[in-house]
Amino acid sequence: MSVVGKRVARAEGSERVKGAGLFADDYKYFGMLHAAVVRSPLARGEIRKIDFKTIAKIPGVAGILTYKDIPGRNCVPIVIDDQSFLAERYVNYIGEPIAIVVAENRQTARLAAAQAKISIEELPPLLNPLEALNHPKIHLFGNDNIYKHIHIHRGDVKKAFADCDVIIENEYHTPYQEHAYIEPQSMIAIPFPDGSIEIRGSMQCPFYVRKAITTILGLPENKVRVIQCATGGGFGGKEDVPSLLACQVALPAWIFKRPVKLIYDRTEDMMVTSKRHPAYIKYKSGATKDGILRAVEAEYIIDGGAYSTLSAVVLFRGSVHAIGPYKCENVDVHSYAVATNKVPTGAFRGFGSPQILFAVESQMDQLAEKIGMDPVMFRKKNILRVGDTTVTGQKLEYSVGLEETLDKVIEKSGWTPGKSKEDGVGYGISTIYYGVGLGAGGKSMARTGARVLVHADGSVLFSVGTTEIGQGMTTVLSQIVADELGAPLDWISMMPTDTSRVPDSGPTVASRSTTMSGNALKDACIKIKSVLLEEAASMLDCSTGDIIFDEGIVTGGGKTIKLLDVIKSCFAKRLPLSAEGWYITPSTSWDDNTGQGDAYVVYAWASNLAKVKVDKETGEVNLLKIWAAHDVGKAINPALAEGQIEGGTLQGVGYALMEDMTTNADGAIRNPEFSTYIIPTASDQPEIVPIIVEHPFPGGPFGAKGFGEQPLMGVAPAIANAVYDAVKVRIKDLPITPEKVWQGLKNK
Amino acid sequence: MIIKFKLNGKNVAIEAPGGERLIDLLRERLNLVGTKEGCGKGECGACTVLLDNKPVCSCLILAAQVNGRNVMTIEGVESDARLRAVQEAFVEAGSVQCGFCTPGMILSAAALLRANPKPSRDEIKRALSGNLCRCTGYEKIFDAVELASHKIMKKAASK
Repeated sequence: MSVVGKRVARAEGSERVKGAGLFADDYKYFGMLHAAVVRSPLARGEIRKIDFKTIAKIPGVAGILTYKDIPGRNCVPIVIDDQSFLAERYVNYIGEPIAIVVAENRQTARLAAAQAKISIEELPPLLNPLEALNHPKIHLFGNDNIYKHIHIHRGDVKKAFADCDVIIENEYHTPYQEHAYIEPQSMIAIPFPDGSIEIRGSMQCPFYVRKAITTILGLPENKVRVIQCATGGGFGGKEDVPSLLACQVALPAWIFKRPVKLIYDRTEDMMVTSKRHPAYIKYKSGATKDGILRAVEAEYIIDGGAYSTLSAVVLFRGSVHAIGPYKCENVDVHSYAVATNKVPTGAFRGFGSPQILFAVESQMDQLAEKIGMDPVMFRKKNILRVGDTTVTGQKLEYSVGLEETLDKVIEKSGWTPGKSKEDGVGYGISTIYYGVGLGAGGKSMARTGARVLVHADGSVLFSVGTTEIGQGMTTVLSQIVADELGAPLDWISMMPTDTSRVPDSGPTVASRSTTMSGNALKDACIKIKSVLLEEAASMLDCSTGDIIFDEGIVTGGGKTIKLLDVIKSCFAKRLPLSAEGWYITPSTSWDDNTGQGDAYVVYAWASNLAKVKVDKETGEVNLLKIWAAHDVGKAINPALAEGQIEGGTLQGVGYALMEDMTTNADGAIRNPEFSTYIIPTASDQPEIVPIIVEHPFPGGPFGAKGFGEQPLMGVAPAIANAVYDAVKVRIKDLPITPEKVWQGLKNK
Repeated sequence: MIIKFKLNGKNVAIEAPGGERLIDLLRERLNLVGTKEGCGKGECGACTVLLDNKPVCSCLILAAQVNGRNVMTIEGVESDARLRAVQEAFVEAGSVQCGFCTPGMILSAAALLRANPKPSRDEIKRALSGNLCRCTGYEKIFDAVELASHKIMKKAASK
């Protein structure tokens, strides 16, 4: 019996419910110091004078470090090396790190950091990306403030628009979205007398952290070991930011030769760590009256903040998703990631796609209405199916379950377009896709390692380079290992992810862990299995081809033996039962100037259907129910897949209806706390109906493809379309607050 | 001052400096790290403990305030058979993702089930609305509370 496809309980669940899971802040080390960061109070300026004399005298303060104390390079490498670890002469956003204070306890460190006196000569900041783009005088990045420009070009847009019967043209805006992981950013550095250093903390990408530490301390990779602690939510927020924290603890640990811990205060965390890029979108699309999407022209501008961090790759994903999951032969999309004097924005579930998909799917409904066709039929005429070509010129050979997801949400909801409904109630749909993995934008990192170790008592320990951040990777990979080895699931354990165990396996992002680490583990397991098979064949006196391994039982030649006895026999004969696994993705291709290429190896697909009731007096949108169908290839664990759908969908609901993070006139985040930045609570939760669709991916373990990000991506436009269906008010600016709907109702 | 209180069923007497928060006493000095700090402002509920059976944010309570009272943390839930059902239900229903909000969530759920053994879905939503979870979408957490309620009632009936 296979455990793949079963709803087995989460591997670390029983420890977490007892509060026994160790998060970074739960660790204590002898002689440990606590760090706090001295930050820029201004959005742009030149540092004139730093005076630490007063805070150095505060009892318990052990030291204050600036860029002058960095033994290696003053840089936190991410994609482009434009971000300093500690500011030298200029500061470029409110919260930019200038110095690190370490003290005997956390309160003292924080108090001292807050009292540091820094004199900065203010320079005029660029806070609006539309002004920053090609600004004549102020150059924050290059001479145009553009981190990245991508152009997607197909066919002849001008000619195609002339042939369209209907054209819809709009501007859309989407705001910051804060990850709001419940565990704040947390990190510890432990120096060793042999000249090595260990980093333990909350993170998605231990290999990014290792690179940052080797850079600032000038150490070789074999002297830096990074171990992931239990991580209390990531969603992209712990992709690149932990590299900064790791530097902030590693430097004092290295200099003072003591362990150092740093936990961000919640307000600090929300002020200074990455968020979803705000976006400004101009979108023009046209169709013929028989419902064929003929032409798309768009300009997509994202606000990257003060340093480039991940903006270039965020823009890549956003651009590939810029026309949605449709066939369209005439496309002209220009995308720009722009520098401003605000907190650097970065990775957040969906990675540049939710913004543009809000525009895409709002446009689709407006086109359908103008043609006089129902929105489902209009989508059906244009969606991608096997054999079709994407906007980037990629031919889809397999695993395209979009139409089935659309059929499923309709079927489960019992709704059909045009069906009568009560006053104020509306239904809205969105169909989307998601390029799985890093794709051509992160081609060089598209590899993973794994190690599997079978012990003499049958217990199995495996290591991978991707991380468990709540998504359920440990459980899913354990299921894969169990099936590949034919061993019972309870024999399998995973080591905490540790850079000293496996080769650099890239980041835990882009919904890539199941497919990448799953395939690497499969590679390792096949090697071990071949040894076990040979041994079992000699024990059963039959050929290896006749042998079946099943949850610890081995049968062949009409006989049955225990897998444990085969393992023991291997050990007695000194045969190796450990192996390394390695996996690289099939080739992808991309051209920034034409936007053409095989952008991703495979795509996940989804349809969302939202049912709302709008209060016509107050403009309040009551989300009654949402049906979310996702083609995941194969659900290795349907319960965990549903968990991803439910959790991601609710984050999408927050993005659609309530999460409204803005900056003030100085460029500071206006609402950096849970009382002012409102995320969905238990009482805001609508009924979510998760639907799993499985169109297997031939290159994935057991047919699986990643999809963890996708549940968030199409929720906002489905709700916007439902609001329009309910009260004929079209909201083009997220979130859909009662004020905006009320204003829309008033203006009608 | 020296404070005396009942912690997870056991008597504790300890010097509590003025101004020390309950969460710091628990985590830093008593090594009960199951209580998590998410915001330090009483906004996220991750640090929820039960004070005389009522859920409170331990980041908003001074250690001195628990003098003479009864405190239960997630570590104490383990020794309470009735409330262990809540933990088991969370595992069974797949309610844990990252697990950082889980201890606080379980204590709020346990307090609810003590006061209201058979809550409706709406009552569950209201009772847990002070505990933020960013991973799960709450759906499977509500399922777990219903499952725990069922388990506890079944056990009581079989006695």
